[in-house]
Amino acid sequence: MKELTLETLIAVFEEIFGRGLFWTMVVAALIVTAAYVYVLIRDRSMSMRKFLMAQLSMPFGAVAAVLFVQAMTHSHLRDIGGPIDVIVLLGVAVMGAIGAAILVYTAQSLFRLRKA
Amino acid sequence: MSLTGLAASRRAFLGLGAAGLAAASLGLPVRADAIATKARIVIIGAGAAGTALVNRLVQRLDGAQITIVDARAEHLYQPGLSLVAAGLKPASYTVSQTTDWLPSGITLVAEYAAAIDPVAKTVATSGGKSLPYDFLIVAPGLVLDHDAIPGFSLDMVGQNGIGALYAGPAYAAKTWDAARKFTEEGGVGLFTRPATEMKCAGAPLKHTFLIDDIASRGGAAGKYEIHYAAPQPALFSVPIVAEKVRMLFGERGFTTHMQHKLLSIEPGQKRATFEKTEIDATTKAKVKSTVELAYDYLHVIPPQRAPEVIRQSGLSWADKWTDQGWVEVDQKTLRHLRYPEIFALGDVAGVPKGKTAASVKWMVPVVEDHLIAAIQGREGTETYDGYTSCPLITRVGRAMLVEFDYNNNLVPSFPGMIAPLEELWISWLMKEVALKATYNAMLRGKA
Repeated sequence: MKELTLETLIAVFEEIFGRGLFWTMVVAALIVTAAYVYVLIRDRSMSMRKFLMAQLSMPFGAVAAVLFVQAMTHSHLRDIGGPIDVIVLLGVAVMGAIGAAILVYTAQSLFRLRKA
Repeated sequence: MSLTGLAASRRAFLGLGAAGLAAASLGLPVRADAIATKARIVIIGAGAAGTALVNRLVQRLDGAQITIVDARAEHLYQPGLSLVAAGLKPASYTVSQTTDWLPSGITLVAEYAAAIDPVAKTVATSGGKSLPYDFLIVAPGLVLDHDAIPGFSLDMVGQNGIGALYAGPAYAAKTWDAARKFTEEGGVGLFTRPATEMKCAGAPLKHTFLIDDIASRGGAAGKYEIHYAAPQPALFSVPIVAEKVRMLFGERGFTTHMQHKLLSIEPGQKRATFEKTEIDATTKAKVKSTVELAYDYLHVIPPQRAPEVIRQSGLSWADKWTDQGWVEVDQKTLRHLRYPEIFALGDVAGVPKGKTAASVKWMVPVVEDHLIAAIQGREGTETYDGYTSCPLITRVGRAMLVEFDYNNNLVPSFPGMIAPLEELWISWLMKEVALKATYNAMLRGKA
């Protein structure tokens, strides 16, 4: 490809996950991010207790993200063939971990507000 | 700000996260102002090459009369056929409508080109139309000469252990029916390659590797053999890749039969007949003999030639590929050597490499440049170096991203990152998920 455009990149992701699932995930990620920003502004501080819980969820998010990508691409851990593969795998895991942490933190904040 | 200068091109396959997104939004292409012209441009073929070119031309030209001639209603994403024939994608994965991809403001003649008169500059169609042109782009693809193999016919595909994935989406799916039986029951798997030039020279190897990988983890584990028979003396046209494939074949216990050309098959007895060529040790003369090989699963790839209309029109090479009829073009500009207003693109072009969609992606901007330069009365500057890319699948989940040019040099897109001769997961990801999206972007003239 001679030019890298946002349109092409979106097309690649639509192809990976299917159009419906990709946009569902985009919307879900936007909602969670917006909710996270909302609770940060509302509470005006990070709760370290909630953050601890969020950190504990990170390994689960990492593993889930890796399994999800592998299921989507007919792949397994045995297919890791070189350093770049490990880097891609770790990248997926890191994104899964961060996503899970934000999700758990936000969920706790929203949930406890209703209880309180 | 453009990313083009950074050779970011093929990196877009990766699309890694937010940094990529941010960079991409800055890298939107900038188009030059459209050039006013009344030129009549006829394009034969609405496959990957014809479609990609027409979408670029409508952005570059204003007022040109562009006609594209193709009777086939379905557009085929041919790089997906290997995946269909290994049960990894459905046949529908490779099929869309020709008209889905064509821009407005052009004329589609849904007929076949029946004759080309390069002196009078007209194309006659199967429906009796005569299309005069100022510039002609010949991109009809190639024909699979199944009749050249006595004993074989397409209605056999999918039964009695016969596969032929090149023949199209439905046949690729039927190929998997036959191959799946082999991966469950075992026996002798015999994989062939034609003596002619062919589409994607990696595909015969991919099919062999994939079916072996699936069989090794299926019911056939431990009770099957893989045999690979090819008329050529090497497993791949690029020597360094051929050596790597030879090592992989060795590791996986494949038996190779080099210089074996498939002549005919006897489907009832499950036997295939090959012409074997040997060099006599003392006289150095070629000695031909006939060899029979038994199979439980046979993958047939027939000889491939330029369509009859090309071979009858006097556009073919007179002294090269005389049994195949590829168009006589300059290998750097793809311009016809005797008729400068004619260009050839894709499979039909008579150049040493480049019968792949990846080659088309590199060929189309070259023809676009020279065509527009000709309209403006100047000389174009872009050249095609024979770039061909082959994500050579070696297992479900692994591939080698092999890229090379006319000189058999490896031209890796990601030197130091993605080693071309290593079996990598990331190369598989590119083939399985990123390739179709970039192909579609290419069809729209955006890549």
